[in-house]
Amino acid sequence: MQKKLQLYTRFERLWHWVQAALIIVLALTGFELHGTFELFGFEKAHTIHMYSAWPLLVLTAFAIFWHITTGEWKQYIPSSRNILPVALYYIRGIFRGERHPFSKTRQKKLNPLQALAYFTLKTVLLPVSLVSGVLYLFPDRAEAFLNIPLGLTAVTHTAGAFALVSFFIVHTYLTTTGGTLLTYIKAMITGWEETDE
Amino acid sequence: MCHDGTGTYKKFPTDCGHPAYEEKKFGGTTYQTVDLGNIARNIKKSSRNTCGACHFFGGGGDGVKHGDLDSSMFAPDKSLDVHMDVKGLNYNCTVCHTARSHDIVGRKYSRAAPNTHRLALPEDTGLRIGCENCHSSRPHKNNQNLNDHTDTVACQTCHIPYFARGGIATQLDWDWSTAGKHTADGKAIVKKDSDGNVIYHTKKGTMAWGTSLEPEYAWYRGVMTYIQQQDIIDPSTVVALNRPLGSYADRDARIYPFKVHQGKQPFDAESNRLVVPKLFGKKGSGAYWAEYDWTKAANKGMEAYGAPFSGSIGFIETTFYSPLNHMIAPKEASLACGECHSRSGRLAALTSFYLPGRDRSGLVDALGWTAVWLSLAGILIHGVLRFILKK
Ligand code: HEC
Ligand code: HEC
Ligand code: HEC
Ligand code: HEC
Ligand code: HEC
Repeated sequence: MQKKLQLYTRFERLWHWVQAALIIVLALTGFELHGTFELFGFEKAHTIHMYSAWPLLVLTAFAIFWHITTGEWKQYIPSSRNILPVALYYIRGIFRGERHPFSKTRQKKLNPLQALAYFTLKTVLLPVSLVSGVLYLFPDRAEAFLNIPLGLTAVTHTAGAFALVSFFIVHTYLTTTGGTLLTYIKAMITGWEETDE
Repeated sequence: MCHDGTGTYKKFPTDCGHPAYEEKKFGGTTYQTVDLGNIARNIKKSSRNTCGACHFFGGGGDGVKHGDLDSSMFAPDKSLDVHMDVKGLNYNCTVCHTARSHDIVGRKYSRAAPNTHRLALPEDTGLRIGCENCHSSRPHKNNQNLNDHTDTVACQTCHIPYFARGGIATQLDWDWSTAGKHTADGKAIVKKDSDGNVIYHTKKGTMAWGTSLEPEYAWYRGVMTYIQQQDIIDPSTVVALNRPLGSYADRDARIYPFKVHQGKQPFDAESNRLVVPKLFGKKGSGAYWAEYDWTKAANKGMEAYGAPFSGSIGFIETTFYSPLNHMIAPKEASLACGECHSRSGRLAALTSFYLPGRDRSGLVDALGWTAVWLSLAGILIHGVLRFILKK
């Protein structure tokens, strides 16, 4: 039976897409600043990077507030229950056309693998990038008050960026694993997901 | 001299700042007797002409020594120097080189100039003027990022993107070892390039010149060390006759632009010390410019200098650093970010600190790219399998 489920609120969707856009722009300009390629030129890349970094910080502050006030943060608590069947599904079941072992509900919309992935994203990957990014904005103070040299800040920031890019690649690919290639993308745009059952 | 309103004061080359008190001939030019009385009667506020009469000709000719002070600075336009621009601020040298710095109006004492050794005029014991004295150390109104640079990068570094921009060539290389050649019939040789710069002279050797040049950069806190005659040098390396002091760790030091002059000059090949050869003199005096014999000239020169000479002459390569402070370009021509923040930019040689865009951690980059490529390979394989196995 087809069922329509509202998974994502308006704020969540807005937050998701703005964050996605900002992170893509930050990664692009960031790797240019890193010297990986030349696209905008260092000065423009730096300007764009700054104009994206501040909104991302503001957005993140809003998102943290939203997660706390709505209690939605609990969605991201990882648990080992059912993690094996889900992992097996992506390694084997998906090729055999088996059904996803996890059924989403409004209360529990992340499968255990997703919960673990997003938990890592929100407690490690993003904080590493954001905190080192803020230090990078004030390198002289980071050095003076926290004794963190620019090199350490920069290398940490780069490491965070590599992790985020890898996350982004896999994350984007996994959006194609719904009922149709675009099921999950549509859900993140409209907020509603069609699931069978 | 500094207040000569007649413009007749001219240094006699090689006389270390003294004018021709009697008419003298040098290199084909007659140096008229300077009428000091006339100068005294025409005294006016010192202008660029008076200071320039000496300083634009340092090293024995126009622009030879400094790469940022030459005769094009008598009447520069804005593209050459924003402060001395004749149609703009039209600053005299003394606006910046004042004996007592508080004579200058409009200065902001937001921060002391970065140099501990402050010197404006030879006789000056007061403050040494720096760009910060007028502009403050955070002069960029709309660009705080540039202001964040001023604790590591000197103003001059970004604002003098090229030196010797006024069309007058500055000397870059002087190789004494080739001096002394004569034509078959024993005449002195003088060769000039198409711009009239001497590139070979029997008395002096081979020289190279250039205009609109990229400076070299070094950490500098306003103090130089100089090699002394008695210092032992290593002839297998290029000997730095002077060296700017400073490092990244030194809070008073900044990355500063320099003209680095290359040279090749005689030294005592046994004691590994510099020699001071006698250049001037009549035939029989041992002077190099009379007899073209380095050993004799060194013998005589060191005798006069009062230090021993082994009798064995060799030639060493040398460098000499001159800091660049003039020819401040208009703001649009300031050094672009990418000139420094790139893999092989202008600061490639200054490796003691992390420079974004130039440096990286090889380990983090290797691990990072591995993660990125593995992710891509993973989704590609997974996707292809899904596609194939679906049917
Ligand atoms: C008589 C020639 C002469 C005139 C005219 C002259 N100077 Fe000098 N100046 C010298 C000499 C010689 C030195 C010391 C040698 C050197 O370092 O070049 C010197 C040194 C200096 C220095 C310090 C250089 C250093 O290495 O730190 C400054 C600055 C300076 N002069 C500025 C001026 C200014 C400004 C004027 C015009 C008001 C002026 N000079 C006029 C000959 C002159
Ligand atoms: C806009 C300000 C400004 C003007 C105008 C200016 N100077 Fe300077 N000059 C400086 C600064 C800054 C330094 C570096 C002083 C220091 O090292 O602390 C300097 C250094 C020098 C030095 C020493 C260079 C060396 O090799 O160490 C000389 C000589 C000199 N100036 C001569 C002149 C002469 C001649 C003029 C006029 C044609 C002139 N300056 C005009 C700012 C100025
Ligand atoms: C005696 C005061 C004084 C000193 C010293 C001084 N400046 Fe200036 N400078 C000025 C004034 C006045 C202006 C013109 C007003 C303005 O643009 O802020 C100016 C303008 C400039 C500009 C802007 C030019 C443009 O394109 O509009 C630059 C860049 C500059 N200065 C750099 C420097 C640097 C670098 C030094 C040190 C070598 C220096 N200044 C030393 C007074 C000074
Ligand atoms: C990292 C390079 C860099 C350094 C270091 C630097 N500047 Fe600039 N400066 C620039 C650039 C680029 C501009 C033009 C673009 C701009 O104004 O944002 C500029 C513009 C200026 C202007 C024009 C006014 C303005 O706000 O645009 C002045 C004056 C100036 N600089 C003075 C200084 C002085 C004085 C110092 C040293 C305390 C200094 N600069 C150090 C790069 C630099
Ligand atoms: C003269 C060379 C030079 C130029 C030109 C230059 N930079 Fe820098 N930049 C440096 C140096 C040196 C550092 C300092 C490293 C340190 O402090 O440890 C630095 C540091 C930085 C940093 C790290 C944060 C900080 O403030 O230390 C950023 C971001 C940056 N530059 C951006 C820019 C941008 C944007 C431009 C052009 C508008 C620019 N730079 C032009 C030399 C330069």
